[in-house]
Amino acid sequence: MNVKIRYFASMRDRMGRAEETVSVDGDAVTVADLWKKVSSGQDLPGSTLIAVNMEYTNGAATVKNGDEVAFFPPVTGG
Amino acid sequence: MNAKTGITVLVQEESFDPCQLTAAHQATLDASKCGGIVTFVGTMRDYNDGHSVSSMYLDHYPGMTERHVEKVCQEAAEKWEVIDILVAHRYGEIKPSDAIVLVAVWSAHRANAFDACRFVINYLKERAPFWKRESTPAGERWVEHNTKDPAAEAAAASAASIRRTG
Repeated sequence: MNVKIRYFASMRDRMGRAEETVSVDGDAVTVADLWKKVSSGQDLPGSTLIAVNMEYTNGAATVKNGDEVAFFPPVTGG
Repeated sequence: MNAKTGITVLVQEESFDPCQLTAAHQATLDASKCGGIVTFVGTMRDYNDGHSVSSMYLDHYPGMTERHVEKVCQEAAEKWEVIDILVAHRYGEIKPSDAIVLVAVWSAHRANAFDACRFVINYLKERAPFWKRESTPAGERWVEHNTKDPAAEAAAASAASIRRTG
């Protein structure tokens, strides 16, 4: 299955890319497992926010084929 | 939710005049039902955290940003009797004194308008995916956190609930 991953703000700088499509074996994977794969096993910074299909969630969330996952730092709008 | 509440969310790169935007929106409403309008305008300071700031870049997540600003407005409309809510928010390059955000709330009575306006701006700052990057004499830096509204403990508690737990 394929999952689109997006990075914003300081997370984009850290990863050196704005987005990528990741291929994973099987038909479901957790966000935490995806992070391990894209970061080569680095710890996810504790303040990181996670969204799947534009809704906030956490590392235990399950991701399916075609989902869009985003990793970003605390928001600072307004 | 109060099905009659109008909600308009503008997320845009172009600068805007908050007074003009409020007046233009008011012209579309049945103003005879309104007893008060409360507006909050957030503008850019030329300093932050001990540094002068010459300009700012606002990053956002197209689609998710609009969705979550709208959700905050819907929650406000469920909590308070308000007639209409307008939110405008910039992204891209911002200069000092530019308006960054406008929240305008129309209601029959002032208390609901004040409460709903404060709720929308506080929760928007906690949830809507925008990120500020400041240009300072020492270079560019991402703003790590917003200053809190001391009266907004509820907003902080809400944000904690969406932070990563797993």
